[in-house]
Amino acid sequence: MTGRLDTILPARRDTAEFGHIVRMEGVQKYFGAVHALRDISLAIGRNEIVGLIGDNGAGKSTLIKVLTGVIPPSAGRIYVRDQEIDLAHHSVSLAHEMSIETVYQDKSLGEKQPLWRNFFVGRQITNRFGFINIREEKRIAQDILLNTIGFRGVGIGVDSDVRQLSGGERQGIAIGRAMHFNSDLIILDEPTVALAVKEVRKVLDFVRRIKASGRACIYIEHNLAHVHEVADRLLVLDRGEIVADVKPKDMTVPELTEYLIALQEHR
Amino acid sequence: MSDHRKRGCPGLFARIEGLPIIVVFALLLGLFMYTAPQVFLAPQIYTTLLSTAPPLILLAAGLTFVIGAGEIDLSFPAVIAFSGFVFAVLFKDYQLGWLAVLGGLASGILVGVVNGLLIARIGIPSFIATLGTQFFWSGMATVLSGGKSYALRGAEDSTVWNFIVGNFGDPNSVAWQDQISVQALWTALIVVGLWFVLNRHRFGEHILFIGDSNDVARVVGIDVGWEKIRLYTLMGALSSVAAMMLTLENKNYFGNQGQGYLLTAIAAVLIGGTSIFGGRATLVGTVFGCFIIWMVEAGLVASGLTGAWVRTVQGLIFLTAIIFYLFVEEPGRRATFFRRFRRPTQPGRAAPAGLMGPSKP
Repeated sequence: MTGRLDTILPARRDTAEFGHIVRMEGVQKYFGAVHALRDISLAIGRNEIVGLIGDNGAGKSTLIKVLTGVIPPSAGRIYVRDQEIDLAHHSVSLAHEMSIETVYQDKSLGEKQPLWRNFFVGRQITNRFGFINIREEKRIAQDILLNTIGFRGVGIGVDSDVRQLSGGERQGIAIGRAMHFNSDLIILDEPTVALAVKEVRKVLDFVRRIKASGRACIYIEHNLAHVHEVADRLLVLDRGEIVADVKPKDMTVPELTEYLIALQEHR
Repeated sequence: MSDHRKRGCPGLFARIEGLPIIVVFALLLGLFMYTAPQVFLAPQIYTTLLSTAPPLILLAAGLTFVIGAGEIDLSFPAVIAFSGFVFAVLFKDYQLGWLAVLGGLASGILVGVVNGLLIARIGIPSFIATLGTQFFWSGMATVLSGGKSYALRGAEDSTVWNFIVGNFGDPNSVAWQDQISVQALWTALIVVGLWFVLNRHRFGEHILFIGDSNDVARVVGIDVGWEKIRLYTLMGALSSVAAMMLTLENKNYFGNQGQGYLLTAIAAVLIGGTSIFGGRATLVGTVFGCFIIWMVEAGLVASGLTGAWVRTVQGLIFLTAIIFYLFVEEPGRRATFFRRFRRPTQPGRAAPAGLMGPSKP
């Protein structure tokens, strides 16, 4: 399953120079009277894995939805590659165009469809009449399977259906798809929920591959040990506010756990 | 799930499209050749098949897309009535020839677009929406026609008739070689075209992903609403072609000419192996499903059973096929089913609930 990380990875094509893939300044979000995001300011480096942690209802999902154009913020500025974006016209497809991909827990893949279709659906390789170049799609899918995701000797081919895959492998397929389409920022929304220990290892390896390929990643996770292991930086969100910005090496998992418990007790 | 299991290799059933149903078809054919040799070993039954099966095949082909998308269409019998009427009036009363064909096609497309808008834009479940439009359009056909039938006497002299439902051979001959119908060729061409659309075109792929899950389809960037409108438009157009073939073949339009197709067309699709849950569809299976439905009717009557048996046996085959595919397609469901017959090995391990509930592997 776990191919070596130094196998050939699709290198990020270097476009324009920029310091941060995403930067938020003073972002606020109200849902009626509820202040869901309070003055959020953050910056994600171009090859940085940032863990986003916090209790249920801390605002993690809201933050991601604002960033990816699912819902607009009430106030604040968002910059993508140092360019300010027009929040009135931000949308999911615009986020895709700006190479930001979100991998949702279990809504990313068509269960009964073969892997090669899952890689390309929505952006098929077609002739001008819309007929799919199956041979080319399968060839590239095979390449993604072997080289980007590192599925070797596990009995999975491009013709396998998604439902034949384990939970960790599904996350791998979704992440591999995002990497293939040259996304600069991949957002993972709790990818290890409900996975067995062995599957979690696979997912964490995929996250490392994102880093190794020169991309950035926002990794939302409940399990502190998982995110602590792979993240370059951890942002702790509490009641809509960023209350801590720490490096994993400065804080062990038990210390982090103590800190989060203390946050709850101060409520 | 073990990593050592061979998961990349599909079984024989998966590799050849529609194989189980082709086997069943061959077995049935063999059975009828044995019980009614005077009919099934003569060529005439097969030329009759070519002239009468095309409307059923066209309807079932369209339904393969609809059911593959996880939706349903109950309104196509009304299109057979409504488009058949539009065509018959324009053809007979107004002598419009090919324009009548265009009119018939347009009326089918209209019904399809309305269905699509009701389902995709207003958000009515397709079962309910098309149940409503079925009543509306068949009522409309009855109102406009005043309940009359239209005999298209002399139609066989027109180019329209000869082009759409004529025979390849000498029209005055009764030899079977001269009775091969043109509509069989048109139907074959349409079905082959649709096969490429379903399996090789972006639209077909979108339909299957929508059938798999509307949510996933949206996340991967498919415009679900728009594709559903296109889907129902296609179904409406195919239904109107079936309506015109039927009207021309019978040289007669009557208001309830679509009635017999509701069960048979849906049954043909599901017998063929298209998933009742959507996401998987096979046109090869559908065509053989149509042959089976059609052959059961001819075969039972030729074997000496009364017509009353036909529906009974068709219904039985329909249910058997659905149960078969349910178990082949969903191993979890099969395991659950067989567990029910086993005595619980430990106290507290009662039979699992929800045989019909959605199962996840």
